[in-house]
Amino acid sequence: MNTLSTDLTHITSEAQYNEILKTQENVMICCGRMGPMCIPVYGEMEELESEYTNVKFYDMLFDLPDAHVIRNLKECSGFMGIPFTIYYKNGQVVKATSSIQSRKQITEILNEKFGK
Amino acid sequence: MENKNFDIIIIGGGPAGLTAGIYLSRAKVNVLIVNEGISGGQMVLTHQIANYPGFENISGYALSKTMEKQAKAFGCNILSNVNLTKVSLNNEIKKVEINSKDIYTSKAVIIATGGKSRELGVIGEKDFAGKGVSYCATCDGDFFQNKEIFVVGGGNSALEEAVSLTQYASKVTIIHEFDYFQANNHAIEEAKKNSKIDFILNSTITGFYGEESLKRATVKNLKTGEEIDKNIDGVFIFIGYVPQSEFFKEQITTNSRREIIVDKNLTTNIPGVFAAGDVIEKRYRQITTAVSDGTVAALNAIEFIQK
Repeated sequence: MNTLSTDLTHITSEAQYNEILKTQENVMICCGRMGPMCIPVYGEMEELESEYTNVKFYDMLFDLPDAHVIRNLKECSGFMGIPFTIYYKNGQVVKATSSIQSRKQITEILNEKFGK
Repeated sequence: MENKNFDIIIIGGGPAGLTAGIYLSRAKVNVLIVNEGISGGQMVLTHQIANYPGFENISGYALSKTMEKQAKAFGCNILSNVNLTKVSLNNEIKKVEINSKDIYTSKAVIIATGGKSRELGVIGEKDFAGKGVSYCATCDGDFFQNKEIFVVGGGNSALEEAVSLTQYASKVTIIHEFDYFQANNHAIEEAKKNSKIDFILNSTITGFYGEESLKRATVKNLKTGEEIDKNIDGVFIFIGYVPQSEFFKEQITTNSRREIIVDKNLTTNIPGVFAAGDVIEKRYRQITTAVSDGTVAALNAIEFIQK
């Protein structure tokens, strides 16, 4: 298995990740597994996709070798809980969270960093 | 959603709420489930379920999705990830407001809001969530390879997860507020015979400290009052659930544990308002008992609206 069972667009390689960050202005990536703390975040993202048309939403399987691009981000150095959720603006990390996040927490970040 | 008037509104989309939704929609009752999270409730957070009849082993996610699909197939309306902002239950027509703007009405309401993981409520707990403090062993256990961790709690979840965490951690110390465990004998024996597990009893954690991630915790002996600092990499907290009844407390009668008090028909103190699942006063909280409650509440709600 190299993708997650979600309705989000999956990132499966470092090259794809780099291309997305190079071409997209506002990006949210949730990197996790099909586990209890991750699934609710994917669910929120799936529903927010149509609401935040200015943001591109992706997921990435935490155990993919190429997911080191997220696992090794300096912004994630203290993280000890999945999923790692990263928000990028013009290719730069503007916010990173670990573990489960509520819709309120996610939308607060989306509104603050990207607007609506 | 065009139609805002329903026969019955179910608040909560866990196993109790979804079961009620299945029974009601199959009976051609016009029903709406409003859910502050995603369908499945606490069930989604269960990695593997091995005691739900009909399934030898199924993930909580898969069972949740199946129940949701089943409810929708019978015509049940489901609004997930909404923000419940106001509820008026005392009149004949009940009103449920979501997202501070949309008002839905019904002749009866079933409250099935379930419970949420109980937190210790101490300094640093929120700051280090996902950075050393965890509520899910299957999710975060592998971040603690060869590290020392604490598990807080004395019930089945705490003891079973402590044993499971020994596959990663070099040492697991169970911290429990009493000098006895509430877990079943099998779970206690498994924990006691595991050489990687130690116990600190009559104690609790009073604070979490660190920088980028958790580095230490203070442990207080509840008998002597003595407080000691312990270097620790991770703490897993399994101290049960609290019922999500806060929103209804002005209208619905609850007990001292905030569980909604119901009669044998799962009727609350207000006619036409039923409650089901982990939010009600009862002894056993299982998916199977929530499903049973959902069924009973739905059938009684049908009888109520047909009077």
